[in-house]
Amino acid sequence: MTETTMNASWTDGKRYWWLLSPALPLLVVLGLLNFQFNHAIVGDWGTWGTPFLVYLVLPLFDFLVGTDRSNPPESAIAALERDKYYRWIVYAYVPIQYGATAYGAWLAVQPDTSWLAFAGLVLSIGMINGVGINTAHELGHKRENFERWLARITLAPVAYGHFFVEHNRGHHRNVATPEDPASSRMGESFWAFLPRTMIGSLRSAWSLERERLARRGKSAWHWDNENLQAWAMTVVVFGALTLWLGWAVLPFLLLQAFYGASLLEVVNYIEHYGLLRQKDASGRYVRCEPQHSWNNNHIISNVFLYQLQRHSDHHANPMRRFQALRHFRDSPQLPAGYAGMLLPAYVPFVWYRIMNHRVLAHYNGDITKANLQPNRRGALLRRYGRA
Amino acid sequence: MARYACPECGFVYDEIRGFPREGFRPGTLWADISEDWACPDCAVRDKPDFVPAEKVRMT
Repeated sequence: MTETTMNASWTDGKRYWWLLSPALPLLVVLGLLNFQFNHAIVGDWGTWGTPFLVYLVLPLFDFLVGTDRSNPPESAIAALERDKYYRWIVYAYVPIQYGATAYGAWLAVQPDTSWLAFAGLVLSIGMINGVGINTAHELGHKRENFERWLARITLAPVAYGHFFVEHNRGHHRNVATPEDPASSRMGESFWAFLPRTMIGSLRSAWSLERERLARRGKSAWHWDNENLQAWAMTVVVFGALTLWLGWAVLPFLLLQAFYGASLLEVVNYIEHYGLLRQKDASGRYVRCEPQHSWNNNHIISNVFLYQLQRHSDHHANPMRRFQALRHFRDSPQLPAGYAGMLLPAYVPFVWYRIMNHRVLAHYNGDITKANLQPNRRGALLRRYGRA
Repeated sequence: MARYACPECGFVYDEIRGFPREGFRPGTLWADISEDWACPDCAVRDKPDFVPAEKVRMT
């Protein structure tokens, strides 16, 4: 078979399944419309459909549908990357996300909205804007100016614009090293990781821009600072919603932004847990390879997340578009999709029970090769170290 | 004046054009760029990994 016929014969079986990624915010809007117009039937729990879907229903479907390890043939990759359809279904997320945010904010300030319904709205809209960080992530890695701008617009409602700076130039550079705030360590609970990554990522984003601007002879407070530009977009979005709905909307916006950002960080926690790049003879970390990030091939959570879970290939080849990411045999595999890993990640003893032996197995029983939480190092070596 | 490419993603640093966004004026020599400078596109590779651009042909 020649390369051309292979190109012609291979088709992406998930081509239309990827529409589920931009459909997620649409599902949330439909759920909230159901809450608004069928309130007599669904009650105040009507706003809780989204967390129910993500934390419980998606894991169940992941379990039932299973995994897909197949890769597109190398000969098909160039055409797959060029196909504009895949770009449009990433762009499509953004207007729906903004519509959902405005609608959720409006519902949140209605006088008859109870605390229970309000909490559900925070989780639902926070989920949309937190998953929006994944959309921004797909856009932000590209060279095209339009996609890089759209990435920042997507990050505005979750007030996490510095992610665009820190993720591409900080996290990708330092991933799977103790220096990276967004790489979780073995023996580190999610609750210890959350403040460390939030504060560390903010600091890293600021110093990256300060250094870049210093080389150009400018102050860190210059308008060219991409962090300032991105945060200004948040001020504009929150300001516009406040003008429309009054001050009462601000607590809602801040709470959903915090919860949305925590979703990104719990995913960071899941996808890098305990993994470490070794240093070479010259003292530099070896280049990032697929074995330095956890991978997952569960179909349902992948089609809802623009295949973010093929994270091993993403870190080794960050410029690759989502539809072309591959499974590698030597990459460590998570036992479930991200949706199913969320609740265990919140409960440290459950998480350690699921993951610590997998980290150990990945390093063939040599725990000293893992990225260990410094204050737990002694305990981890005693428990998992070789006799 | 020479050109150097990132072996991971194909980003090219051209000494003639520099890279003003990163603060390297046109004419900034490769030798004058800090050793710990990372590829601004992929950040997977650092300056010491870069190769003379004529040697790589990225698709």
